[in-house]
Amino acid sequence: MTIQIKTIDLEPKRQTFGHVARRLGGDKPASRYLEGTLDVQATDHFHYKPLWEPEYWHYDERKTAVKMADWYKPLDPRQYYYATYNISRSTMHQAVERNFAFVRERGLIEKLGRNARIQVERGLLPLRHLHWGSNMNMSEICQRGYGTAVTAPCIFSAGDHLGMAQIVSQIGLELDGQTGSSLDGAKTNWIKDAPWQPIRKLIEDSFVERDWFHLYTAQTLGVNLLFDMVYKHADAAWGDGSITLGMLTGFMADWRADEARWSDSVVKTVAAESAENNALISGWAKTWIGRAVEAGRAWARELAGDRGNAADKAGEAAIARARSLGLAV
Amino acid sequence: MAQIASITLQNNDEARPVIEAIMADNPGVRVLNMPGAVKLDRDGELVVKRASVEERLGRSWDPQEIHLVIISMAGNLDEDDDQFALSWKH
Repeated sequence: MTIQIKTIDLEPKRQTFGHVARRLGGDKPASRYLEGTLDVQATDHFHYKPLWEPEYWHYDERKTAVKMADWYKPLDPRQYYYATYNISRSTMHQAVERNFAFVRERGLIEKLGRNARIQVERGLLPLRHLHWGSNMNMSEICQRGYGTAVTAPCIFSAGDHLGMAQIVSQIGLELDGQTGSSLDGAKTNWIKDAPWQPIRKLIEDSFVERDWFHLYTAQTLGVNLLFDMVYKHADAAWGDGSITLGMLTGFMADWRADEARWSDSVVKTVAAESAENNALISGWAKTWIGRAVEAGRAWARELAGDRGNAADKAGEAAIARARSLGLAV
Repeated sequence: MAQIASITLQNNDEARPVIEAIMADNPGVRVLNMPGAVKLDRDGELVVKRASVEERLGRSWDPQEIHLVIISMAGNLDEDDDQFALSWKH
């Protein structure tokens, strides 16, 4: 007897959700990213008008001056949704843990010279507060923004900043034998130490910006250049600890490249929508890059001892970046 | 008659960007949908380009990752960092 194995090909009634199919222009299988992003945010039928801001609805396109016909146009080229974001970050964090283990095993932190220690405590540890401020900005953009395509990656970015603040704190704990005293000192420096004050003013001024895309431009093109300055252009500041610090902050370099792929593409898409958008964003970018460079100079002068060079270099890179996105800066 | 270069891939989330890339890069490719699998045939040559897959996948992709979703293939394989090509050329 011969047995014939037959397969029946059952066509699914639909390949994806109706609202996703309408955007894809046909019923075809969509990636999880698209299914988890497109038209996820509510647009109608809100029950209660927010009393704290009665001129707007909860999700309201008028909360920024830039206008988009479709806020689902600036998609994330990294295609992050909850799962892919977490998988990517957990891989990156494994490298961090390995590096910390390596540094601990070889006692590289104990081997730091006195000067390098002082430099790290004064010049690097207060940066956790700037990360925390950036976390608040990104969360604010997420809650005031419009469209899941932009707001979802913002909360991922907020999570990144929280994580980086923790990495900086961990470096502090390695320095002070897990007592936390270096972190108390870092907070005092953040509030009182002169070279940090322009940077603190910059981030605190950004907290009160109500236009969410203005804030987005300020954060991703302006504030982020300060992270470039510290992590990328100021190796000399850490003296004999530059290699150790380079290892421990490797995450930040990877993060910056990853973040820029997304944040640049959003700015580029929104600026390309109309000449009005471009003019607004160019103006914001110009102001905030200028302010960030100005704020960074005091840090670079005092703490990197390079007459402000690191800030200028990071600023030039930010301007080149903004120009490549089609902005007039 | 030209010999057919062919590749059969699983039909899932990981393979879908690869399938789309093949369909975009290989004019005249014939697609056969089977339960859980997709067979792609083309006369002479069939190529999977890294750049096209990366564009659809949104991350960097090593052509060797295709082995995670491949079921079967026909043709002589020419594989490097940028592509995974099947053909009957020598």
